[in-house]
Amino acid sequence: MDLLDPLLLARWQFGLTTIYHFLFVPLTLGMSVTAAVFQTAWLRTGKLKYLHLTRFFGKIFLINFAMGVVTGIVQEFQFGMNWSDYSRFVGDVFGAPLAMEGLLAFFFEATFIGLWIFGWDKLSPRLHLATIWATAIGSILSAYFILAANAFMQNPIAYQLNEERGRAELTNIWELLANPVSLAAFPHTIASAFMFTAGVIIAVAAWHLVRGQHTDTMQTALRYGLWFMLGSAAATVLTGDQLGLVMVDTQPMKMAAAEALFTTACGADASFSIFTIGTPDGTSDLFSVRVPYLLSFLSTHTFDGCVEGLNDLQAQYTELWGPGDYMPIVWITYWAFRWMIGLGMLHALIALVGLWVTRKKAKRLPAKWMWKVAIWSYPLSIMAITVGWIFTEMGRQPWIVFSLMRTEDGVSPGVPAYEVLISLIAFTLIYAILAVVEFKLILRAVHKGPDTTEQVSDDKPTLSSTVY
Amino acid sequence: MDLAVLWFWIVAFLFIGYFVLEGFDFGVGMSLPFLGKDDVARRQIINTIGPVWDLNETWVIVAGACLFAAFPEWYASLFSGFYLPLLLILLALIVRGVSFEYRHQRPEHEWKRRFDRMIIIGSAVPAFLWGVAFANIIQGVPLDADHNYTGNLLTLLNPYGLLGGLTTLVLFFTHGATFVALKTDGVLRRDAQKLATKAGVVTIVVAAGFLLWTVLEHFSVAVLLLAALAAVLLIGSVLANLRGREGIAFTFGAATVAAAVATLFVALFPAVLPSTTDPAFSLTVANASSSQYTLEIMSWTALIFLPLILLYQGWTYWVFRKRVRRESIEAVSDAVAEPAAA
Repeated sequence: MDLLDPLLLARWQFGLTTIYHFLFVPLTLGMSVTAAVFQTAWLRTGKLKYLHLTRFFGKIFLINFAMGVVTGIVQEFQFGMNWSDYSRFVGDVFGAPLAMEGLLAFFFEATFIGLWIFGWDKLSPRLHLATIWATAIGSILSAYFILAANAFMQNPIAYQLNEERGRAELTNIWELLANPVSLAAFPHTIASAFMFTAGVIIAVAAWHLVRGQHTDTMQTALRYGLWFMLGSAAATVLTGDQLGLVMVDTQPMKMAAAEALFTTACGADASFSIFTIGTPDGTSDLFSVRVPYLLSFLSTHTFDGCVEGLNDLQAQYTELWGPGDYMPIVWITYWAFRWMIGLGMLHALIALVGLWVTRKKAKRLPAKWMWKVAIWSYPLSIMAITVGWIFTEMGRQPWIVFSLMRTEDGVSPGVPAYEVLISLIAFTLIYAILAVVEFKLILRAVHKGPDTTEQVSDDKPTLSSTVY
Repeated sequence: MDLAVLWFWIVAFLFIGYFVLEGFDFGVGMSLPFLGKDDVARRQIINTIGPVWDLNETWVIVAGACLFAAFPEWYASLFSGFYLPLLLILLALIVRGVSFEYRHQRPEHEWKRRFDRMIIIGSAVPAFLWGVAFANIIQGVPLDADHNYTGNLLTLLNPYGLLGGLTTLVLFFTHGATFVALKTDGVLRRDAQKLATKAGVVTIVVAAGFLLWTVLEHFSVAVLLLAALAAVLLIGSVLANLRGREGIAFTFGAATVAAAVATLFVALFPAVLPSTTDPAFSLTVANASSSQYTLEIMSWTALIFLPLILLYQGWTYWVFRKRVRRESIEAVSDAVAEPAAA
């Protein structure tokens, strides 16, 4: 392994900065909706606990939001900086959804978030409520365009090759935006982002409740978080199932790599391994727990379907595109796929048990270990979404655009390795420092709890806005 | 009309919007060591841009994305070629953006001062480097036949590039100081007016040099007129500051930035990134643009949404039109007393 290989450095940089960026995005997506829900509940019922929850989760949302914005700029610049040949090849197609995201969604989100943060004392209550809903809608819309761009890399459609210019050119924008991959990936991503947010809310509420603090607001937060978790976990599973079907259709190699299935299998043989101890590269099993038919069902929704194996696909692809290695790194996709599904299921379970033990008629309080599990739902949900993206993107390899361009051909030819190395080190350092600061600040805000002294009365009709 | 030409001007418009708006954000950040005499004043200064810095910064994201969609070759060559300056800009924007949010999270003096320093550096670095980058775009850079940049960081740090950087640095500084005067009250407002006047005089000298150089290198009637317009507006802005009319001063200052950036784009057209290696290797509106279909789609999107964007952003500025008063900051101030020596 050459440490000064620009390709390797650029890939590490993309992986690092993308995973990091996506630690903040899901919380922005879910917290804007949460703040909007609580604020709506407050305006509808006039109950102060909803106001206090709005302000409390709003604060966590804001500490998180700035990081989402600034790490997002890196994502956009990076295509040109590290992947200039990729940008040249796909810009005509891939650039359009990115530009639309900016013009339709991102401006909208960035403007209305400012109005929400600083507008408490400047806008009428209804108008102010509208600004947080606008922020939430803007951020969700933004996710759609980004996923539509990503879907082109997974399943390129709506393009024609222009040999003379050496690039892909867009032929139909509606077809591009309605890519089956983005139609399935969008609800899956939003649902998992909500699941992540619910994990944060549950953890925060549990942390206070186990200490007997802020019980009135935090009981409400906990119930909300558990329902939010149950709903979003169920949606994540259902949409993930849909996405799996699309994946078998568009990227069969990725599905084969998800199961480390080397030879094509049908019916009962198309089993899903829950757990395997094998050689590190996943090529042979020593011990494995398998569910027969399950892989067939996941891939085709029938029990007698066939799932193509890695070796057979490799042979097909070699015939299509010439000699080369068309397999992703199987042990990564295999384990990422399992962790993603396992953690998703675990979240649904936490939500179900949580709702049961905190139901109104419950005779006794939940046990101490249950609170601990609830607090752990925060790091676990971070892990779930991270391995999900690792699976999606590593499973696409060796392609940067499936079947059209290999990752190694997309890297910037003119950028020397030392420059990529400098930027990789700089981003790693600065991101690490900021992660520590960010985490401590969020913890600090969480520990402080909601400010329950805030009142709205006739002498003081408006609430104070944030002051930097 | 040739859509690629239309898109050249839409990209120009987006960058003009970015520099007019984030230009004063940068200036506000840089003015902290000059105007922020105590924590209340510093908070007052930062809060002038509190509700808007994020939407101002979004202009560069949209400009970049539109560049990518409409001119993939330009985007690819520019961003990979100007690698290290863009890296520095990104790092600066990161520390600056989070500093606004983090600074007020804790009351300790040392904590706040640390983020003040980051805001200052995070504002000055991009204010300078954007000027260096744009001056080099106009001047041309070594590009090979595949439009890949063959220079290094030092290639960009040539006299014209450095003068361009210095120009945006002092121009944005003045622009920001004027904005502080427009948006604050009392002693701070008067201090800001004085600072903006002094900085304005320096800007006149530096910008005159840069614009003259640009006019001489890229002479055309349009370039000459726009550069002259920028100069007149700048002088008008400084005079208005001198008389304590910060509203007029700011309007003229914003128009100065717009005219100066427009000068550069007019001087550049129809090239988008000239090659100094061989003129045949230059990127132009014609050979860097996207296909007709993509440009049509993008044109519809931009023509529908840009007016809406201007409308709701204009409304935001209207909502936050009031000055940030010292009392309002004092009322929420949680600062731990500053050490006597500070």
